[in-house]
Order: sequence, then C-alpha cells, then structure tokens
Amino acid sequence: MLEIKGLAAVIDNKTILNGIDLVVPTGEIHAIMGPNGSGKSTLAYVLAGREGYEVTAGSATYDGHDLLGIEPEERAALGLFLAFQYPVELPGVNNANFLRTALNAQRRARGEAELNAVQFLKLARAQAKALSMPDDMLKRNVNVGFSGGEKKRNEVLQMAVLRPKLAILDETDSGLDIDALKIVADGVNALRGPDFSAVVITHYQRLLDHIVPDRVHILSNGRIVKSGGPELAHALEAGGYAAIVPEGASEAA
Amino acid sequence: MPVVAETLDAVQAATESGYKWGFSTDIEMEMAPKGLNTDIIRLISARKNEPEWLLEWRLKAYAVWLKMEEPDWAMVNHPPIDYQDLHYYAAPKKKPGPRSLDEVDPELLRTYEKLGIPLRERAILAGVEGAEDERPQVAMDAVFDSVSVATTFKATLAKSGVIFCPISEAVQEHPELVRKYLGSVVPVGDNYFAALNSAVFTDGSFVYIPKGVRCPMELSTYFRINARNTGQFERTLIIAEEASHVSYLEGCTAPQRDENQLHAAVVELVAFDDAVIKYSTVQNWYPGDAEGKGGVYNFVTKRGACRGARSKISWTQVETGSAITWKYPSCILQGDDSVGEFYSVAVTTNHQQADTGTKMIHIGKRTTSTIVSKGISAGKSNNTYRGLVRIAPRADGARNFTQCDSLLIGDQCGAHTVPYIESRNPTARLEHEATTSKIDDDQLFYCRQRGLNQEDAVGMIVNGFCKDVLKELPMEFAVEAQKLLAVSLEGSVG
Ligand SMILES: Nc1ncnc2c1ncn2[C@@H]1O[C@H](COP(=O)(O)OP(=O)(O)O)[C@@H](O)[C@H]1O
Ligand SMILES: [Mg+2]
Repeated sequence: MLEIKGLAAVIDNKTILNGIDLVVPTGEIHAIMGPNGSGKSTLAYVLAGREGYEVTAGSATYDGHDLLGIEPEERAALGLFLAFQYPVELPGVNNANFLRTALNAQRRARGEAELNAVQFLKLARAQAKALSMPDDMLKRNVNVGFSGGEKKRNEVLQMAVLRPKLAILDETDSGLDIDALKIVADGVNALRGPDFSAVVITHYQRLLDHIVPDRVHILSNGRIVKSGGPELAHALEAGGYAAIVPEGASEAA
Repeated sequence: MPVVAETLDAVQAATESGYKWGFSTDIEMEMAPKGLNTDIIRLISARKNEPEWLLEWRLKAYAVWLKMEEPDWAMVNHPPIDYQDLHYYAAPKKKPGPRSLDEVDPELLRTYEKLGIPLRERAILAGVEGAEDERPQVAMDAVFDSVSVATTFKATLAKSGVIFCPISEAVQEHPELVRKYLGSVVPVGDNYFAALNSAVFTDGSFVYIPKGVRCPMELSTYFRINARNTGQFERTLIIAEEASHVSYLEGCTAPQRDENQLHAAVVELVAFDDAVIKYSTVQNWYPGDAEGKGGVYNFVTKRGACRGARSKISWTQVETGSAITWKYPSCILQGDDSVGEFYSVAVTTNHQQADTGTKMIHIGKRTTSTIVSKGISAGKSNNTYRGLVRIAPRADGARNFTQCDSLLIGDQCGAHTVPYIESRNPTARLEHEATTSKIDDDQLFYCRQRGLNQEDAVGMIVNGFCKDVLKELPMEFAVEAQKLLAVSLEGSVG
C-alpha cells in the first residue's frame, strides 16, 4: 500500500506540492488528473527520489517502508517503477543490456538469482511480443532516435520486464495514437492483480476507458482537490477543470 | 586471458579505494647508479651484451638528446624533471633458470599473484621448464622495470614462424632484423623523449610476422614499473611482412609512490603490402593521489608506418592512468590505399593531465584514416585532444574522418580539442566532428530509477559514451576495459 500524508515539497524556494494526502491500497489503480503545472510530475519524481526537491512536510511510505529516506535504486528494488513523461536518452547504451543490468541489480538487491543473457533475452522478447513491439527495440540504444511514441512504448516494455509492484505512469499516453495507447493499457492491465498497484497520471479519459481506475484524483496547485470513482474522469471530460476545481486554483498552462 | 584482464578481475574483487595496483615488490635488484652519461649507456649496452653498432646508435642518440630541449607545447604542467636523479637500469638479479615454482623468487611470484596472473602462466613467466604445454590464446611478455622477465608461448609461435621475444634477445638472435628496422619509423632525433629512449632503452617486445602468416594468437605485453626512482624506457618493434596479420595488446601498471616516475617508451610498427597490425593498449599507470602527489609521467612516442599498399595499422587505446600523459600514436600512410585508425578513450580524474591524440600523415594515393577520440574528464583534471591530419600533395583522393567527443563530470575539469589540418591536395576529403557534453543528472536518475546504483549508472553512461572505441578492442579486453573505466571513475560523481 502506498500512503502519502501531508506531503509538501519545494524546489528553488517555490512550493510545488502543498500537502498531498493519497492512499493507494495494494491491488488498486488510481488515476491522477490535473491542469498542467499542478504538480503531477513533481509528485511522481518525489516518490521516485529525483534530486533537487526539498520535502518540507509529510511522509510517503510503501508497504511500511519510508520511501523518502532511501535511495532511488532502493525504491526501485522495492518494486517502484516510474514511466517518465520525458524518457531520457542514453547514447551508446544498448537497450537490452540496460534493462538486464537494471533487472539484475533489482534482483540482487532482493536476494534473487540473476538472469543470464539467454534467460533475459527470452523474457524480454516474450514481453516485447506480448506488447506487439518489434524485437529490434531491444537492440537499439536506450531511447536514442526513438520517436515520441516509441519512447513511451519503451517505457512500457521496461515496465513489463521489470514487473514492478507499484507503477507510476506519467502521461504515458500523451501524444500516442489509439493503437499505441492500447499497448500502454495492455501493459498495465497485464500486471493488474492483487499484488500490483498503479498511479496513472493522464489528461485523457480515453486512456481510462482501457485502464479502468478504482479511484480518480484531481490535483491542483499541489493539492488533491477532489477524489472520486471513474465517473469523476467523465465529469472532467465533459466540464473541464473549471467545473471541478475551486475558484482561482486552475490557471492551467 | 590477457594478463590485464586477469589483473582487473582481481582488482574488481578487492574493495580498498584509490589506486588498486599500488603495491611494490621487494626483489633483489641490480641497479645502475643514478644519473645519465656515456658510462651508464656503455654499462647498459655491456650488461645486455650488445653489438658495437647498437652501442654506437645509443651514443649517437645521447649526443642528439643533449642538444635538445624538453618540449613545452603540450597542455601539461609539471615541475622540471631532474634527469640525473634517476636510475637508468634496474633488473631483477638473475639466477640460473628455476626448475619449479619452488625455486622462483617468492617475491616475484607474489607480484604475479597480486596482479592476478594465473598460476600456470606465472610458472611460465617465472621461467619454469615445461610449463608451456597447455595452450591458451594469448602469448605474453612481461617487462618488470627495465627488463623483460619472461615471454610465454615462444615455442608455439615459432612453429608458424612468428618471432615474439624481448627486444634484447632479438638483438642477439635476429640482429639483422633489429638493425634494419630499429629507428626506421621513429628516428633517434625525432623528439626529446624518443632520443632519450634510444640512448637508454633496456627492454621491450619484438614481434616479427612472416609473409602471409596470420598470428595464431593475441600477443600481449605487460609492463610494470616497480623500482623506486627508476625510469622505464621500453622499446617495442613490430614488423608485419606482406599479407600478414597480428593483434598486439599491452597493459601497464605501476606501484603507488609519492615521487613521480618517468616512463618514456618508443613503439615502432612497420606494415608491408596488405599487412594488418592492430595495436591495443590499456594503460593504467599510477595517476597520483587525490591531491596530485606522485604518479607516472608518461611520455610516449608511438608510430606506425604503413609502407605497403593496402596495409592497415589500427591503434586502440584506453588510458585511465598516469599523472601526465603525452602521447600521440601516429600512422604514416605511405602505401597507396593504406589505412590508419586511431580509437582512443582517455580518462582523467583528480589532478591528472592528458594531452593525447594522433597524427595521420597521408602520403599514398587514396589513403584513408579514421580518428575517434573520447575524452572523459572528472575532478580537477585536464584532458586535451591534439591531432594532426596532413595530406601530402601526391595523396590524391585521401580521406579522413575525425570525431572528438568530450564528456565532463563535474565543473572543475577541463576538456580541450586542438585539431590541426594541413591539406595540400585539393582532392582530399576531410570531415571533423566534435562534441562536448556532461553527464546529465537526468540520465543518472533514469538509470537509478531502474535499479542501478550511482556508480553502475555512471559506468553505464560512460561505457555508452566510449562504445565506438571499446568495440575496437579484442572482446575479452573490451569487457575488462569497461570495468577499468568504472573503477577509475568511482566516486567522481555525486
Ligand atoms: N526545476 C524546477 N524549478 C522550478 N520550478 C519547477 C521545476 N520543475 C517544475 N517546476 C514548476 O513546478 C510546477 C509543477 O510542475 P510539474 O510537476 O511538472 O507539473 P505537471 O506535471 O502537473 O504539469 C510548475 O509550475 C513548474 O513550472
Ligand atoms: Mg508533468
């Protein structure tokens, strides 16, 4: 279970997160929606451990582990995965090698046996196939020369191979056509189960048609201003943030 | 497995920080008194039982050296070197050939053990008779201070006509070859350090590949400076006759000492028609401590002559060591359609200074050269690429491609690119690309989010940056070079 209590974070003397309270029970998928600049990515980064943020109040725990007190790679080994809004390019780093190194680092940290190259490739190819992605994605350098859509699909492939217990997807659907969008949804739905939870950050109801969330939260000015069931996303689609977010809180960029 | 590979494995296992090759060995040594003069040169020559012509050659080089001045154009700074305060000859004391490992000086064995050289290879190195029977893929020569300690697999190589031996031995057994080629690529007066080397060189490797022969195994030399206040001046000569092929690897380490050590080597390569020489270096001389104290001054002249048509010389180097590196492996492309390549990774951390690059001299028609240089600077270090591409008037259709990339880690280091281009033939085509980048926090975070720790993340990004060079190394060597890169950058980020 992910439990965020009163979380506040500052960057460059600017308060971005303003007391977030959010509980995602294990087995559930929650969607976070909100105007641009409301702090969605910041929340994802703070949970994953990116440097540069000062947490000024609150806590975030996952299955009782204090997330904020441990290194990013330790959070990864606990099963936390972030699909980046802007995936990073690693020139000269082979995608398969990167992913295998990452998987084995996590497995080592958890005291599990590492996979050799043959075992790994078998796994990675099967996952690529299940997501209708070409094998050659594995042979290319990490995100280098990938189209926007390919980068997002590569995030999903990494997620499928790493099999996280808690996935945070940051606008993974933005800029995707409907086929690619289905791949993303398939990736999440394949992991869906009693031991898996996810936080899906999105602007669009259409993703939530494919990944039906247990809860939907609206983030505005660094605070969750409304929570509800899947119907909240529909209301948002119909009326926009203005209809939901309190006066003055939605200067969407 | 190359000795360097074994060495690095051993080092990976060790966990103490800093330079991990920093032990020294207490072996009974014979040392010449400090200082450089004609008497010392005569002593070296006499100890090696050299013919008169070689002594004359040394003395001539010495006379030339005396008239020369230390070059000051490179982007390196160091206090003046007192050439009279060095020993120019240091050799492990010779005893009659041991029969078994028990008879070998235990200190020498321990050194090999620390370097991670496998036992059987250690036996061969220590000169134990009959140890050469099993066949690995790599023949090795070990040069300990000034003297070649042992060469392995000579017998196996001899079957295919390949000569691989210490150059001092070649002087005795193949004087006609040595006399013909020594100094033919790097003349005694070529530069200050080459002249010094010519006067006082004590050992190094000699390789001769006969016509049409593909050398059946990788040849490898392991260099180590051990004795205190001793300069190391090795001399390597490789001759590849028509249509022959050889891949040669060298690895270097030195103990950790507070005073600086001088290393001034000369390497000469000669390739005839259709011959290929691939020369790979993994250099990890002691770089000095975090404050810049100690470390090896590495002033090296490496040059290959592509004398024959369609010949090819390829230099690949991974340099992580030395306090100062001054080194420009070069190709003289005389034969028509000959090919020169230079692939380099130079890493500097702390206070290291590297001024390194290459010279490609295009003389023959349609000669081509490729230069890929990757400089990585961290700490307060300085890393300079200095390259010359010269196209002679008759080199019609010559081509060069140069790619220089610098990667900066932190904001106190420097990277400089100094390309010189001299083209005197209008049909030549030259391309130059250069980039400078930083290890980006986002890249590190991306890797760590996926589960890599900080150091593995840096290693991954750096290895990616160096990929175009590492893929030129023989496979096994490449894996080990990757580890070495990771080890040498440990702690330089974050
Ligand atoms: N490094 C930074 N320095 C200063 N302000 C930042 C930085 N990163 C993000 N912000 C600001 O924080 C706010 C929230 O950004 P972000 O979390 O990316 O929003 P969202 O993902 O909801 O669009 C924005 O106003 C943005 O400009
Ligand atoms: Mg965002």
